[in-house]
Amino acid sequence: MSLPLFAQSNNVLTIAPPEPVKAKAGAPVQLKVALSLREGYHCNSNKPSDEYLIPLKLTWAAGPLEAPEVVYPAPQMEKYSFSDKPLSVYTGNFELVTKFKVAASATPGQAMVSGKLRYQSCTDRMCLPPKTLDVTVPVDIIK
Amino acid sequence: MKFIYIAAALALCLTGCSSVKAKPETKAEQSRKPAPDFALKDADGKQVKLSDYRGKVVLLNFWATWCGPCKIEIPWFTDFEQKYKSQNFAVLGVSMDEDGWDSVKPFLSQNKINYRVVIGTEQIAQLYGEVDSLPTSFLIDRAGRVAAVHVGLVSKSDYINDIQDLLKAPVPPSGGILVEPAAFRAK
Repeated sequence: MSLPLFAQSNNVLTIAPPEPVKAKAGAPVQLKVALSLREGYHCNSNKPSDEYLIPLKLTWAAGPLEAPEVVYPAPQMEKYSFSDKPLSVYTGNFELVTKFKVAASATPGQAMVSGKLRYQSCTDRMCLPPKTLDVTVPVDIIK
Repeated sequence: MKFIYIAAALALCLTGCSSVKAKPETKAEQSRKPAPDFALKDADGKQVKLSDYRGKVVLLNFWATWCGPCKIEIPWFTDFEQKYKSQNFAVLGVSMDEDGWDSVKPFLSQNKINYRVVIGTEQIAQLYGEVDSLPTSFLIDRAGRVAAVHVGLVSKSDYINDIQDLLKAPVPPSGGILVEPAAFRAK
């Protein structure tokens, strides 16, 4: 069992309130999650440079939208004082796009799609513990 | 012209200053607080108590395998363990990896760490109060009191200055005095 070892208080990554999305039953739909990392911080990309580094990962709970495919932005390769080689990271503002399929049998109306965003951030001198944020996107399913 | 002289003088001073030995950052003895005791298991399953280190200067380092800046310090700490062990000094690593030994054991063998490492808990991190980020290191004097805290990556010389300063203190005849966590928290 994995337990958080630190109080999850340091919020250096913020999620912009997502815009409601219209989704047509039986059709594909894209959800965008806009993220902003505090200046001076970086977080590992979804494919970090080192096996011990914790990747940024967005996962979605089962809901009216199916088969999520998360598209991560291209990482930046940045050199930090604590690493011999450049690291695969995100900094500043970036966006995650998720491609869903809406089931043909989905019930029309308002729904919420919820997910979890896990990340771990550092400056060039220290690191904050891994953190998991809730992501919720309102969806209007139409026929 | 005057500016050039001032700039040159400043440059000379900075160059000279870099070779001057910095002062240790250890707190005055009367303002040091007792380090909370704890009992955790090392990689071999043996119990490690901070109070086992009574009479020694201890570098208590909170770190994690996912922490890049922590990895810079590890070879320094390996050097310190080797160099100062005979003077009653020890490094004790407290890993804050959520998956515990699954990550830490392979890391220890890959990095040839020569000092003891235990897996930390949320309770220990809270007891020490200032472990919001990694690395965070506490230098504990021979009497079991926190003499210095380093949050984030600092220079190797900062550690050396502190360690050498603390090693000057004589070993207490009865060993160090460590108190229960509750006493530490009652500030």
